[in-house]
Amino acid sequence: MARRNFAGVLGVITAAVALLAGAVEVQAVREHAFPLPEVDDDTVYVTSGPALRRLSGAYSALAADLYWIRALQYYGGAKRRLGAQAPGSEPPPLLAAVDSTEYSQLYPLLDITTSLDPRFDIAYRFGAVFLAEPYPGGAGRVDLAVKLLEKGLRARPDKWEYMEDIGFTYYWYAHDYHHAAEWFAKAGEMPGAPVWLKALAATTLAQGGDRRSSRTMWQAILRTADIDWLRQQAERRLRQLQALDEMDFIQSRLDALAARRGGPPSDWQTVVGAGVFPGPPLDPSGTRYELTSEGHVQLSRSSPLFPLPTEPQRLGPQ
Amino acid sequence: MKATAAIAVNVFRESVRDKVLYNLVLFAILMIGASYLIGQLTAGQDVKIIKDLGLSATSTFGVFIAVFIGIGLVSKEVERRSVYSLLPKPIHRYQLIIGKYAGLALTLAVNVAVMAVALYAVLVYAAWGIDPVVQRAWDAPALDPALLKAIGLILIELLVVTAIALLFSTFSTPILSAAFTLGLFIAGHFSTDLRNFDQVVDSPAAVQIARGLYWVLPNLAQLDVKSQVVHGQPVSFGYLALATCYGVLYTAMLLVIAVYIFSRRDFK
Repeated sequence: MARRNFAGVLGVITAAVALLAGAVEVQAVREHAFPLPEVDDDTVYVTSGPALRRLSGAYSALAADLYWIRALQYYGGAKRRLGAQAPGSEPPPLLAAVDSTEYSQLYPLLDITTSLDPRFDIAYRFGAVFLAEPYPGGAGRVDLAVKLLEKGLRARPDKWEYMEDIGFTYYWYAHDYHHAAEWFAKAGEMPGAPVWLKALAATTLAQGGDRRSSRTMWQAILRTADIDWLRQQAERRLRQLQALDEMDFIQSRLDALAARRGGPPSDWQTVVGAGVFPGPPLDPSGTRYELTSEGHVQLSRSSPLFPLPTEPQRLGPQ
Repeated sequence: MKATAAIAVNVFRESVRDKVLYNLVLFAILMIGASYLIGQLTAGQDVKIIKDLGLSATSTFGVFIAVFIGIGLVSKEVERRSVYSLLPKPIHRYQLIIGKYAGLALTLAVNVAVMAVALYAVLVYAAWGIDPVVQRAWDAPALDPALLKAIGLILIELLVVTAIALLFSTFSTPILSAAFTLGLFIAGHFSTDLRNFDQVVDSPAAVQIARGLYWVLPNLAQLDVKSQVVHGQPVSFGYLALATCYGVLYTAMLLVIAVYIFSRRDFK
């Protein structure tokens, strides 16, 4: 009796597996013969955060998590697509992004996420970086980045980190030192804010941007970043700043050599032969710097640090 | 009292026999799967998302059990005609209702307790080996005892929903009872909208009706502190006590009505 039962169960399982395998095979054949149309992943069907908050009722925080994951996937997908289309190229920021449909749904997704969960800290801070990063690495929309962080401040007016982030966005991405200094000063006045923010506000207002201030800010981000991606970003930016320092140094040595020789060196062999460097200099990622025929040092396009950021500049004499 | 306890234990045993506790396996699979997948899908916030998911799943599974078992507590007895063999026995009708309710409440309490343990276990795993600097940046620690406040209020909410389902079960069919209970559950989370009705309509009569409904319908939104707890916002014991007290009183009111209706039903 037991053996008969076992045989029966085995028969059912075998039949079920065989039928499922058949169905899978037919589906595979159909997909090969009639490929499915491309799914328009960019569509955000409901764009009103408050409406979604009402619809999700007691599960709005979970819905916010889902939208946050969607925003991450959307940003990552768009960035990868753009990276694949134009390796190493960097169209002028702002101009390139404004007409582009890439990243067009990034702000709506982040807006919905933060409407569903107004205390979703990382969605504001991370989202602002995604929005502000120059195209094609991000949307190149400093205005939307600031708008998102200001929305965060309305939800949590005591959050000095958002004020610092707004200041940083103005400083690093827009090179708007007046607004940057204003926000650094506001952040510095909040309880619990680091003391260097006030000094940074004063320096930024008086001098504009400089590499030391940039380094201070990226080091602060590196120290406080609770997410690997942001930490990697900060490390990369710090290595880029180091590369800029090194390039300044190398260029000064090359200029001195050019003055001695009566013309700029056009290859590293000449520079090394003249005893200026023991070998072709390497950037912080270990990639060799390039030397142009005009005797200018530049970062190799194959370097992981390429392209270098447009540095915040000192203000001219007042 | 003894009869009530015996009925309660019987309901609990029946729900175990009906494989209700299998949902715990599903919950465990969901949590374990989530703890792995979320790490792949998101950049940071794993612990927050696991907490959100765990608390929401606890609430959702609980509501389904409360509704779909609660609606059958009395109506099934009537359908099966087993109520006819119960009533001649030396038990009062109110004991039957209270016993049935207590049995399902016990099932839900066991469910919620096991889910809470599973959630904490997954959080231990998720937070394992994470840099203390990173942990300090979280809104609340992974093993935050405050999670128990949210879980406690979820249980209170489930007790209210069970009482609603039981009430409908005393006089309606299972399908209609399920529809009414789920309707009240949803309405209970939108009660604030009823209170602020004057902001969207001009009619004073409509506003008064909405205000009346606000006070009469179960206010389940006040039993939802999931978001506050996950973000490490304080939920005072005063608030917990008042919300719990509201839940207990509302449940008692529903049970009184259910007992009254069931007592007046003619089973001849």
